Amino acid sequence: MNTNLSMNNIVDWTTTSDLVGNVKVDEVGVLDRVSSLATRSIKRESKLDALEKIISMCDLTTLEGEDTEGKIIQMSSKAMSPDPNDDNVPSAAAVCVYPALVSTAKKIVKDSNVKVASVSSYFPSGQAPIESKISDTQFAIDEGADEIDIVINRKAFFEGDYKKVYEEIKALKDVCGEIHLKTILEIGELKTYENIKKASVIALCAGSDFIKTSTGKISNGSSRESCLIMARTVREFESYGYGMRGIKVAGGIRDAKDAIRYLVIINEELGGSWLSPDYFRFGASSLLDDVLKQIKKLKTNAYQSSYYFPRG
Amino acid sequence: MNNWEYAESIESEKIVKIEKKYGHFINGEFVSPNSKKYLDTISPSSEEVLSSISIGNEKDVDFAVNAAKEGLKQWSKTPPSERSKYLFKLARLIQERSREFAVLESLDGGKPIKESRDFDLPQVAQNFFYYAGWADKIDLAWGSGISKPYGVVGQIIPWNFPLLMLSWKVAPALATGNTVVLKPAETTPLTALLFAELCDEVGLPKGVFNLITGDGTTGSELVNHKDIKKIAFTGSTSVGKYIQKSLAGRDVGLTLELGGKAANIVYNDAALDEAVEGVVNGIFFNQGHVCCAGSRLLVQEDIHDVFINKLEKRMQTLRVGNPLDKNTDIGAINSKDQLEKITDMVNEGVSDGGELFQIECELPKNGFWFKPSLFTGVQVNYKIATEEIFGPVLTTLTFRTPDEAVEIANNTEYGLSAGIWTEKGSKILWTADRLDAGVIWANTFNKFDPASPFGGYKESGFGREGGRHGLLSYLKASS
Repeated sequence: MNTNLSMNNIVDWTTTSDLVGNVKVDEVGVLDRVSSLATRSIKRESKLDALEKIISMCDLTTLEGEDTEGKIIQMSSKAMSPDPNDDNVPSAAAVCVYPALVSTAKKIVKDSNVKVASVSSYFPSGQAPIESKISDTQFAIDEGADEIDIVINRKAFFEGDYKKVYEEIKALKDVCGEIHLKTILEIGELKTYENIKKASVIALCAGSDFIKTSTGKISNGSSRESCLIMARTVREFESYGYGMRGIKVAGGIRDAKDAIRYLVIINEELGGSWLSPDYFRFGASSLLDDVLKQIKKLKTNAYQSSYYFPRG
Repeated sequence: MNNWEYAESIESEKIVKIEKKYGHFINGEFVSPNSKKYLDTISPSSEEVLSSISIGNEKDVDFAVNAAKEGLKQWSKTPPSERSKYLFKLARLIQERSREFAVLESLDGGKPIKESRDFDLPQVAQNFFYYAGWADKIDLAWGSGISKPYGVVGQIIPWNFPLLMLSWKVAPALATGNTVVLKPAETTPLTALLFAELCDEVGLPKGVFNLITGDGTTGSELVNHKDIKKIAFTGSTSVGKYIQKSLAGRDVGLTLELGGKAANIVYNDAALDEAVEGVVNGIFFNQGHVCCAGSRLLVQEDIHDVFINKLEKRMQTLRVGNPLDKNTDIGAINSKDQLEKITDMVNEGVSDGGELFQIECELPKNGFWFKPSLFTGVQVNYKIATEEIFGPVLTTLTFRTPDEAVEIANNTEYGLSAGIWTEKGSKILWTADRLDAGVIWANTFNKFDPASPFGGYKESGFGREGGRHGLLSYLKASS
């Protein structure tokens, strides 16, 4: 155990500040590596293996103003049994909902493998005082959330107040305690690779169990380049003795082919130990349906229409 | 526990058709060799015989050079815009049949299909497109009426990038109005033979492109032929010196692209993860059979341990195996001879006192293989620190200051390429200014473009290939 690490896996601010100041990332190298990994040819049994892993890593998500109890019940039940006709298809990792719908989801998934994740901290903008973010998070936990997805304070980040970004995450981790904390960087707003890496470092140092790419609420969602940068930050973190942390990619990942490319990045940059829902997640709404179709295609050699699968 | 194995994903060999036996391609057709001698070309990944190729003797070479002389009569009357069209046709045909070429290149030479498919073939087509564009603009390149082609040009190419080196040589030579006698390497002749078929298909006038296969003796006959006006050679420094001696006192143009022992300088303010990728790419690309390979890693002393640790971990993820598997990163060593040379050098490095790291991996039973290797604890007087290994072996040296980095980098008989890794722009410029190398990459490595000239200093050769300067290798001042 590293001495700079206190309770809740939090790295002290002085160390964090040094790490942030020392962030270096080269765009050409990142693009080269990502495009080279995209040529991996994943076929037959390794493809089936990947597809089943992807389902087990899926946070089935709905985060809309129009969400109702009915919708959440439907989605949660699908998460528990994505393909009722195929026992080998695993359940999803979690359902991801707004705080007000946590208890509804929890009633359906109960003690099954499927967790209930709630967004909080004034998702998606994070433009609220810390007190509100804390009570937002506490409410979700009280309702029974197993995991909390928060957003970083981009206002503070762009104003250069990295310490505030760090302190807020740390405060929310305190609220969470043992509850899994995923911190959304919103890479589509951070834009540069250097910013993405800096934010990753801050979020990990402040005690996040996961760093997550995007809210899914802006047009620029996840990217494989950002996943690579985040994976390398997580790897560095482990090499410092700060433990294994996870990554969640979310926003715009709609088909199995794309998801497999993400999996390749994790596999080759971080290794097989990260290929589990404990350390890697996909946040998605429509991805699951394509993965189910691809599994059916591999097993039967025919594509089936969407109406053979439960709707999301 | 969660290991995820990639299943084999083999590119089909069915797309290529290899003849049992090949003649030379002279005067627009395949002809049996006067020598009546043949040699086998094998697949270095399986040791299976792929075909037999002709060994050219003095008479074969004479026949080819005469055909090129005859061909020159028509070629020099062909308007430049027409020359351009032939080159464009070749470029397009190469693109159309690039899968076939890629499979053949990987079978005959052992390089991974992802490299022949994603690097070699796109570059080959680009070179023909690029020089096709120059053919009718030669006057614009170097001033009107001041230059003319040599005439009959002899070209000798190596086995590491067989078709790519063909394109580097043949495209500018034809664009500038020369005719060619090309001799491919004895271990990798098959893509050049397929290229000869394409020349026939596009209706290139007879005798403009001639191909003669064989071994070192064939190359020697070509160099010593009385009617050759220019020799362009890519290969080892020792053969390059032999050629230069042979041509001394004769009015024959010469360009040489020879060996290298490039320094890849990693400063402590580099983006280390990306630098690791660049260093890996710099030495393990094409099994290290690359004249401009970054074979000497110069790492700043204060980041040595961190960097080597990252590098070893990354090396361990390299996938060594069947070149036709689309997921293979490191293919077969090109020949038994080369494997022995690499093995001898590495053994000597160990007995000199170098610390050897090799990745853990299973090597196929047949064929020629060498595990990706990294030497640390190397001193500047070890052979592995100065001589070209031409294999997947990286040698590490350390430095303390930029001055020292430059001094070590230049402390070699070669001067082909170099790499610089730092996030600081001013340091890149400072270092690049002081390195004696023909190509210097900053925060990347092995990037090529037909528009960019390539060539070396010192014993790495002279003359440039590629770009506008590449035209000069096939032009001489007109009297």
